[in-house]
Order: sequence, then structure tokens, then C-alpha cells
Amino acid sequence: MTLPPAFRDWFAAQGWEPHPHQIDLLNATGDSLLIAPTGGGKTLAGFLPSLVELQAPHKGMHTLYVSPLKALTADIARNLARPVEALGLQVRIEDRTGDTRASQKARQKVDPPDILLTTPESLALMLSYEQAPAIFGGLRRVVLDELHALAENKRGDQLMLGLARLRTLAPDLIVTGLSATVEDPDRLAAFMGGARVINADPGPDPDIAMLPTARSAPWSGGGGHYAIPDVLAEVARATTTIIFMNTRAQAELFFQAIWAQNDDNLPIGLHHGSLAREARQRVEAAMAAGELRAVVATGSLDLGIDWGAVDLVIQVGAPKNVKRLVQRIGRANHRYNAPSRARIVPANRFEVIECVAALAAVRERDLDGDPRGPGPLDVLCQHILLTACAGPFDADALFAEVRTAGPYAALAREDFDACLDFAATGGYALRAYDRWQRLMARDGLWRLRDPRAARDLRMNIGTIVEPESLKVRYRGRGGAMLGEVEEGFAATLEPGDTFLIGGQTVRYDALREMVVEVTRQPAKEPKIALYSGLKLATSTQLSHRVLAMIGDPTRHAALPEDTRDWLALQARVSALPRPGTLVCETFPRNGRWHFSLFGFAGRNAMQTLGLLMTRTMEVAGLGPLGFIATDYALLIWSLDAVTDPAPLLDRDALREGLGDWLGSNAVMKRSFRNVATIGGLIQRNLPGTRKSGRQATFSSDILYDTLRRYDPDHLMLRITADEARRGLVDFGRIEEMLDRSDRLDHRMLDRVSPLAAPLLLEYGRVPIAGHGVERLAEAEAEALMAEAGLT
Amino acid sequence: MTAHSFDFDGQRLEARASGALYWPARRWLVVADLHLGKSERMARRGGALLPPYETQATLDRLEAEIAATDPARVISLGDGFDDDAAGRGLPDAICARLQALAQGRVWIWVSGNHDPGAICPRLPGSAVDEVQDGLILRHEAGVGPDVSGHYHPCLRLAGQRRRCFLVGRDHLILPAFGAYTGGLPVDDRVLSALVPQGLAIACGTRALPVPVGFAPRSRRSATRAAGA
Repeated sequence: MTLPPAFRDWFAAQGWEPHPHQIDLLNATGDSLLIAPTGGGKTLAGFLPSLVELQAPHKGMHTLYVSPLKALTADIARNLARPVEALGLQVRIEDRTGDTRASQKARQKVDPPDILLTTPESLALMLSYEQAPAIFGGLRRVVLDELHALAENKRGDQLMLGLARLRTLAPDLIVTGLSATVEDPDRLAAFMGGARVINADPGPDPDIAMLPTARSAPWSGGGGHYAIPDVLAEVARATTTIIFMNTRAQAELFFQAIWAQNDDNLPIGLHHGSLAREARQRVEAAMAAGELRAVVATGSLDLGIDWGAVDLVIQVGAPKNVKRLVQRIGRANHRYNAPSRARIVPANRFEVIECVAALAAVRERDLDGDPRGPGPLDVLCQHILLTACAGPFDADALFAEVRTAGPYAALAREDFDACLDFAATGGYALRAYDRWQRLMARDGLWRLRDPRAARDLRMNIGTIVEPESLKVRYRGRGGAMLGEVEEGFAATLEPGDTFLIGGQTVRYDALREMVVEVTRQPAKEPKIALYSGLKLATSTQLSHRVLAMIGDPTRHAALPEDTRDWLALQARVSALPRPGTLVCETFPRNGRWHFSLFGFAGRNAMQTLGLLMTRTMEVAGLGPLGFIATDYALLIWSLDAVTDPAPLLDRDALREGLGDWLGSNAVMKRSFRNVATIGGLIQRNLPGTRKSGRQATFSSDILYDTLRRYDPDHLMLRITADEARRGLVDFGRIEEMLDRSDRLDHRMLDRVSPLAAPLLLEYGRVPIAGHGVERLAEAEAEALMAEAGLT
Repeated sequence: MTAHSFDFDGQRLEARASGALYWPARRWLVVADLHLGKSERMARRGGALLPPYETQATLDRLEAEIAATDPARVISLGDGFDDDAAGRGLPDAICARLQALAQGRVWIWVSGNHDPGAICPRLPGSAVDEVQDGLILRHEAGVGPDVSGHYHPCLRLAGQRRRCFLVGRDHLILPAFGAYTGGLPVDDRVLSALVPQGLAIACGTRALPVPVGFAPRSRRSATRAAGA
């Protein structure tokens, strides 16, 4: 296909020349994956073939566009309207998300637009309609935007299952994936079921460096507040700056701290995923209108609408992951072929090394990324149930179709059958539901036993499981909504407590109808709202780079002087961690023995290792009292000294501990809740259904405990155990650490070592409470009784 | 000490850590809201297929309580079955187990809002609307003083949610004994209207009494003072 004259004229009228990759994509005859930096006209490239084809009349839906963000669909609709109008095309473009009006949704079922813009969840919903074959039968093209982001989690797996369905309904479909820079384009192409990779010119190297600061980074902590004067000076020099923080809590604190020093009253906003939607939209609008000089943000701004005016990105805190750093840098300067400008601010001394290592990786264009595992089975369970909502299906045909989806290409038939059995009967060893199966096979086809169940199943669509959270609102009639806090955090609040949300310090007054009511109270020292979402661990590759840098003194020249001195002292009094060697230390301090281990396996794995090792220590009678884990190290304190660490690191013992002890851990229960919700064992708590009513949903923990006791081989437990290898438990990286460490270098020291010292200052200590939880509860109950004079 | 003794309506009673109430003077064991057959009922109505072990799990716990107290009389204080059909649909093995447990004791099913109908003939015991014998026992709190269930009270202690007894002047409300049952916080409007001030006894490994409805609450400082 060539670019028709009308289109060439339109490009010329904009003062544009079509990019080579836009022409490449136009010429493509099969599925493609376009890798392009932001600002490369990626989205237009994706739609160009559709617009050219739509010069001729088409019946029904021609192009389906899927993006991870609802906001993006609205933005795209506006952007597409301009060329469509200028070219005089008779094309109807509509979006369809959770926010779309019901009347419009209903109309789209019978009269779909030429181009439909949607999200993976809305696509899954549409595919569950009986009318799906009619809606999608004439579909010619699918455009998958921000595919790199979708591929990072289960939304991508669900989307690929949906795509497999679409390919069955419309066999001549041409699929185009659009992605930011990724480490392995071929792997992403395989994820979308195979595609030709088109690489756009990546543009000039970014202008990226450490932000020079007047003060040195502190020994510990994650706030980066020491650098605020320097950050403010940069913001004043730039037009518009995005200041990226790693967590929502850090963003809240940084926002408060930066305003305390903002003597010039630079307009600076705050943006994160727990803020009320209105608050976020206000910030986005102000940003687009150029009214803000800076916005303090989290991953909530990793994707989204392009703001051409952003000319500086500041990353505060360790980048954790080179690919994400590069993508964040790309948020600055969306003009093609202009270098992005970015500065990074390490929050503590360990992070100085990580930042230096990450900068080297960016310069070498060496991106990281752990290969994604096979498509998760909980998502498949949901897909099977939704497929049944659309109509009866043949198991063999569905299995064949599912295997055409990239993540499920290697799916074993027995796993598929287990998922089908779970969807149909619950999959229990005790076959209790023969009369009440959800799916029944009749005439060789599987179908819903009770078609009315489709409604509940559709309500449960999606793979995002948010932690239970409560809305926060100012007290009084019509009080403004501020955002959300996690239920666990809300439970720790007492009337009168203050906490930070949306940059405001507020006082907790009451919990009413599952809404936290607060009053503004600026003066007090606040608690921090707790957002315990998945903590991003430093990637395997970046950890290896950090370890290699620490272990090789000839490379220390690249580090700031105070960091060099710190490592030199460590080399003198103990040993430097280095590739191939696991360094650990035992030393006394304040009447306790301490054991430090420099494993560089990432925060989640180090945390799990802490839980497993202290358990072994408890059995060995060493009296462990607590531990702290960071991305790099683990520090355990105990009554007796660890003199021989080897048995504590025995792989089989660790694995066994994971099975029988960690099984009852809260982290596993949380993984189970996600799996069980996605798989359809428990119904998601929908807004409005969770009033404070009696017999509100009972906790998924009860189901977990029941299954572990009565049906330990159940599919949902198997999936939960599989997930424990990644994510919150991340046992896979403990094994990776053991694999790469042939040697154990254990030092008995008479005092704390330089590398271990910052660990003593870290927050987030985990107390070891064998019977401690019970003792805590007893103590609290007694205190309350005494207080009320009831003893 | 897995139970907490207290006085209600002139009687000395024991709140057991399991959530069962024991009356030593009479050797009565009272359990509320067993909700047997709950997962079957949900499946029948086209809902999720929950692990079908909750009836077994509930009976395992009830059996342990009966073994520990050897009661002369066992009272299910309403909502023993998740609905009447669930009561009739219990597997034979479960009915046989209940028959064995009832051997040598009086077994009474107080009817509740979930199970107003007659008792399945395969089950032991008889159904009544309420019991008036030294104490008034009914499913839902009425004119006090009475002992009831229905509300599934619970509370939060040291960050964990626990089922609990709620003891006031007019009402003693039992926690739900069934495995798959949610809960209503003791400070919810409905419960604080019934028991404005009194004692909550949390279930778990031990029965832990906690005051309810006493005005000054500075829980955190109290916890610290206790050396937690």
C-alpha cells in the first residue's frame, strides 16, 4: 500500500514528512510490531493503514484499538478526528470503556463504529456477548498500543486470549503492536503471536546524568529530601518537569517537603494512583494547559497523554529497572529527534551505586527485563467462563484457539482440562456440585448451566485486583473526595490521628458507610498513608551490574568520593560483595547478635529469605528477634550468634520452608486472593455492594485455609504456588542468588561493618513473632480492660 | 485458659475461644449461625463454586467442642442451615455424623431467618422458635435480657479481625460458628444500639475480653504501655 496523494498533501500541510517507520507499517502485509520512542508518531503510524483503507466504504467495525489507559482512548479519538476531518473521510470513531454510557454501549452492539477505541477489560466484556461474532466478524485491523506495558502483567495475557478469539472470528485480521523501547523485541513479537518487528530510528541519546547536589546522599532512607533545593533549582530552569518517585507514600512526603521550601511559589502538582479521579484530572488538565512548572508523580504518569512541554524528568530514588528508567526519560521532550533530558537523584548511598550502574546501562542501551512466565492459568479460567457466556463451545476447538495466543503457545492439554474442570465443577476432590455445575457439556458442547450466571461472570471481568481500599472524604455534607487508603491502613487509625493524602494533612474523624471522614488539620506531624502495593524490586540485570561494580575496586573511580571511601573501608574491615561470592557477616551490637547477608536478589526475595532464615534460626534455638530486608541485603538480629550460615542457606531446607511455613503467610494469602478473584472463585467486591451490612463478604483467607486443609492439590493453590516464584514472594530470585554464588564468604566481626551500618537505619523492620501475635493481642486486650477499669 | 467466664442475666457462663457458649450449671453448649450447606446453596443459585468443605470444617470444630465439654444439651441458635433446602440437601455422611454427635444428648435447632422451616428427618433433634428455661435463647435479639446470634459480631484486635461475643446488660450476642461467615463490627450502629456498653470477647486461640463503648479510647498508648 502506498500513501495516497491526499494523505501526502495532508502531511505536507502539517509541515511533516512521513517517518520511514510509518511508511514501513503501511507496506506491511502481515502482523507487525513497531518499536519506536515516544514522539515518533507511533499512534498515527498505527492508524495510517486503517485510514487509507477507510477511504473506501466499509460495513461494520474495521479497526479495533486497545490501550491500557482509558484516558488514552479519549485522547486518541480527539487526535484522529483532525486528519479524518481534513481528509474528508466518512469514518465514525468511538471509544468504549468502563466510563461509556450504557445507551452508547447498547448501540455499539448493533451498530459498531468503523474504529472502536477500548481497553483489554472492555474487549473481554464485548467478546462475552452472544453478538460477538456479528460485532467483530468484519474486523480488518487491530492496533495494540503501549504493548510493552500490557505485556508486563496479566492484562496482557487476557488481551492475547481475546486476540486469539478475534482471529477466529475474523481470520483475515492484521494486527499491529506499538511499543516503547524494550530489551527483546522478538520476545514481545512472540507474545503477540508472532509479528515482523519494525524498529523506528531510536533518536539521539538522552541527556541523562546524576543531579549534582549540595549535600551528599544520606546513609539510608528513600525520600531524597536532601536534594530538594537542587531539584527546585532545576525546576526553575526548565519549562515543565516531571519528578518521578518510586512509591505513593514517598510522593506524598516529597510533595509536602518541596512545598515547604518552595519560596518562589512555583506551581507544583501531585499525581498518583490513590488520588481521587477528579484530583488527578485537575492536575492533568493544568499540566496540559502549561499551568504547572512541575508535577510530583509515581508510575501513574509512566504512560499516558503526551505533554510536549515537558522538557525535564527527574527520577528521585533508585531507578530499580533500566527499561523503566529509559521509558520515564522518554516522557521528557516529545519532539522527535530531540534528546530527552533527565536527572537522577539517589536517595541513599547504596542507591548512588545503583544510579551510576543504571546510567552506564542506559548509555550502553542494555535494557533489562525478566522473561515472563507462561500464561497464567487463573486468567485462562476466567477466559473459559467468559467464552461460555458468549455461547456453547467445543473444548478441542477452544484449546487449539488458546494455543494460538503467544503466552499460551506451550499450554499443556492437561492444564487446559484442569482449568475447564475448575470452571465447570469447581475442580474439587470432593465432587460436591454435580447437580449445580457452572458449565455443563451437552451435545459435545460446553455451556452455562444457568444462563443467568453470565451477569455475575461479566461483573467479575478483569485481571486487576486492587487491595481493599476505602474512600477518603472531607467531613460534612458534600465533602470533597480526596482519594483512597488501603483498608489495612484505615484499620490502624484512631479518631484524632492525622495522615497525609493528596498533599494535605488531615485528621481522621470517623468511618461512615465505608468512607473515611476527615477534617483538614495542617499543623500536626502526620502518619503516612500506607500503600502496600507490589514493591518494585531492583531488576536482576541491574542488581548484577551493581554487584559487579561494588566487587571490582578498579571501577570505583566512577563513584563519588564519599561512596569510594565507604567501599574502601568495607574492603579493609570485612569483604566486598562480588560476583560469584555471597558475603555475610556476624557481629555484636547493643547486646544483640547481628547477621548481614549481601544477596542482591531484590527486595521481595530478600524479604522472603528473611522469613525463611529466621524460621530455621528459631528451630535452631538462636532466638531471632527481627530482620530488615532491602534490595541488596538482609540483616537479622538474634539472641545468639550465627556462626555457620551454610545450613541456613540450604536450598532444600529453604524450599521446604516455602511449602509448609510460608504457606500460612499473609503474602501467600494475598497472592491467593488475586488468583481466586481472577479465576472466578470469589466475586470481586463491586463498588456499592460493600456497605457495612451484616455478613459482608467473608475473607478469602478462610477459603485459602480451608483449601489448604481439605484440598491441598486444588488448582487455585497450584496457581498460587506458581506465582510465589515471582512477585511478592519471588522465590525464583532466591534460587538465582544461590545459583550464581559458588562461594560463601562469612566474616566474624567485632563491630558493625560499613556496608551493614546503613541497614540499621532502615525502616520496615519485621519482628519475629512465633507466638508473638497472640501475646500482642493479649497485651492489648489487658491494657484496654485496665483502661476501662474492668480488671 | 481457652474460655472466659462472665455473668449474664444472673447466670455464670463461659465464652469459649471457638465461639461456642457453655453454661456449666446446666451443661448446655450453644452455637449460633452454623450455616451448614452454605456453599451448596451458593452453587445452587448459580454463584461461585466455593470449596465444599465448610460443613465438614464446621462439624470438625463442633465435634471438638462437644468432646471438650460433654454437654447434656446442644443448642443451635438459628441459621443452623443456610436455607431450608440446604438442611434437606445435606449429604448422608454429614447427617450420620450429626446423629452420632447427638447420641445421649438433647439436640435443639432454634429456627432462624435462614431456616424457618421444619427439620429434615435424617437429622437429630427438634426445631423450636425459642428456648425459655432460666435464660431466653432466640435467634435474633428481642426484648432482653436474651441470648442470640444472627449478627455475626466481630472486632479488630492488634490488626486482626476476630469473631467475638458481645455482652451487654440486655443482650448476649454470639459470634457465628460456621466456617464461611462474614461479620459485623461491634461498633456498627446496629450492634451499638443493642449493646451500647459492655464487653466483647474475641475468639481465636484464646478468648480475650475487650471493653466496648467506653468513651476515651487511646488504644495505641495503651498498647505501648503494655510493652507491645
